[in-house]
Amino acid sequence: MKRRAFLKNTAAATALTGIGGISIGSCSSLNQKHVTILHTNDVHSHIDAFPKDHSLYPNLGGLSRRAALVDSIRKENPNTLLLDAGDYFQGTPYFNFYGGELEFKLMSMLNYDAATIGNHDFDNGIDGLYAQLPHAKFDLLSANYDFKNTVLDGHVKKHKIFKVDGLKVGVYGIGIELNGLVNKALFKETRYMYPYALAQDAEKALKVYEKCDLVICLSHLGYDYENKDKPNDLMLAQKTEYTDLIIGGHTHTFLDKPTIVKNKTDKNILVNQVGCYGINLGRIDFYFDDLNNLSANGVSIKV
Amino acid sequence: MDLKIQHFVIFITILFLVACKQGAVGVSEIEAKQIRIDTDLAQVDSIDSFVAPYRKRVQEVLDSTLTYAPKMITKDDGKYNTSAGNLMADIILSEASPIFKTRTGNEIDFVLLNHGGIRSIISKGNVSAQTAYEVMPFENSIAVVELAGSAIVELVDFLIKSGRAHPIAGMQITLTPTGNPKSIKIQGKLLDLNRNYYVGTSDYLVSGGDNMVFFKDALSVTDINYLIRNAMIDYFKKVDTLTASVDDRFVKLK
Repeated sequence: MKRRAFLKNTAAATALTGIGGISIGSCSSLNQKHVTILHTNDVHSHIDAFPKDHSLYPNLGGLSRRAALVDSIRKENPNTLLLDAGDYFQGTPYFNFYGGELEFKLMSMLNYDAATIGNHDFDNGIDGLYAQLPHAKFDLLSANYDFKNTVLDGHVKKHKIFKVDGLKVGVYGIGIELNGLVNKALFKETRYMYPYALAQDAEKALKVYEKCDLVICLSHLGYDYENKDKPNDLMLAQKTEYTDLIIGGHTHTFLDKPTIVKNKTDKNILVNQVGCYGINLGRIDFYFDDLNNLSANGVSIKV
Repeated sequence: MDLKIQHFVIFITILFLVACKQGAVGVSEIEAKQIRIDTDLAQVDSIDSFVAPYRKRVQEVLDSTLTYAPKMITKDDGKYNTSAGNLMADIILSEASPIFKTRTGNEIDFVLLNHGGIRSIISKGNVSAQTAYEVMPFENSIAVVELAGSAIVELVDFLIKSGRAHPIAGMQITLTPTGNPKSIKIQGKLLDLNRNYYVGTSDYLVSGGDNMVFFKDALSVTDINYLIRNAMIDYFKKVDTLTASVDDRFVKLK
């Protein structure tokens, strides 16, 4: 009986392998692609590694080491994007002395592709942020800050599409409520708009109209709060339907692994955040295949 | 049976043809990991040499040792008050009071800061001006706000509800086991609703930061033009060892 079952299973497996073989041989190998997303958040001007006698983070972090890591990953897979979820400014004297110039120059040297804007990125005022823009060779993205009546008008995009190995990767930014968090004299006429609807607009623009293969949100809302009415990434994930990955910031949350959340259509998506101060680099690898080769059970997620 | 297989093969073939034509792809697999930036990683020398002149300038200004911390000071070691919070609030009270007194003739009664404003621990070991920048990177200055006794009740209510150990000095709050105020003392005396108090704080909080809305009821605001960070540096210069601990200034009875 057992032997019969074994033979039967083997036969079935062989048949499936045969079909798989046909598909690879015919065309799907052309469609097998691999995109790597690297990310940081809340680096807070931590350009140097922590000193070896630091009580919490001895010898951790440091931009030149992060550069080495990013270089090696880009060599392994050139189809890589490097993203930041905000609060690159404020936290060490480098910011007090140089106003963010060094942070932007270094992020450009590491070839960051895009970043969103955190509350502390307004700490030298919106004029201070504007003054550093010439040093940033990457785009600042925000779908829910309206900069119309400020110096940043026309300098921040809602979203951006990156062509990676023939795929379209759409990235949009989401920022936190500034009232009560940042002095009005600093953010001036920047208008914060309630994030969920604006995130839905952005993901729809990227997926439905622009036909992106992958949609990523850079959020500075914060991972989660006791007060569930306060917009946060876990809730954002549940309210979106086309976003594949939310890269968060603000709450300096160290996660053991990315959180898997069911979105509006019951699809599993990832919410991640890598603590703060450049101690960690997040790495998410997306493997693409021909639509017909995809498992009926959905996407395999290894975290 | 044969017919079924035939249909199946045709069906599959058509699917493949369609797929080949459109090249439609989807995500098949996601793999996530977090990579620690530690000493196992090499440095990129071009990055390091680019930073070097900036670093040298910062170090020249900030690196000399001012005092010594025999143990780590953190804002995460207590539920209602913490070692770092107590240190910061005590520093504002001791450093700002003489200045406020010479300018206005009045005393600062107590100090209130915000827990979120403390941006770093103080590691065990030598403490420099650099440490002050890490703990207090913001260019916030000390402001003294005059509040009526009734507004102090609102302030204490905010502290109880906030669930965060916002730093205080010069004030003692004792809560009943159910979390209601049992006693509120300022400079050792019970809160008097019929008088006004001078509250030392940060100009960031006076302008509505961290939702401390009771400051909108300020009867007067005096900015003493003294950066919180400079008050810390001045204090560090005065003491040989920097000690701070959790105490009974804000407690809940069991």
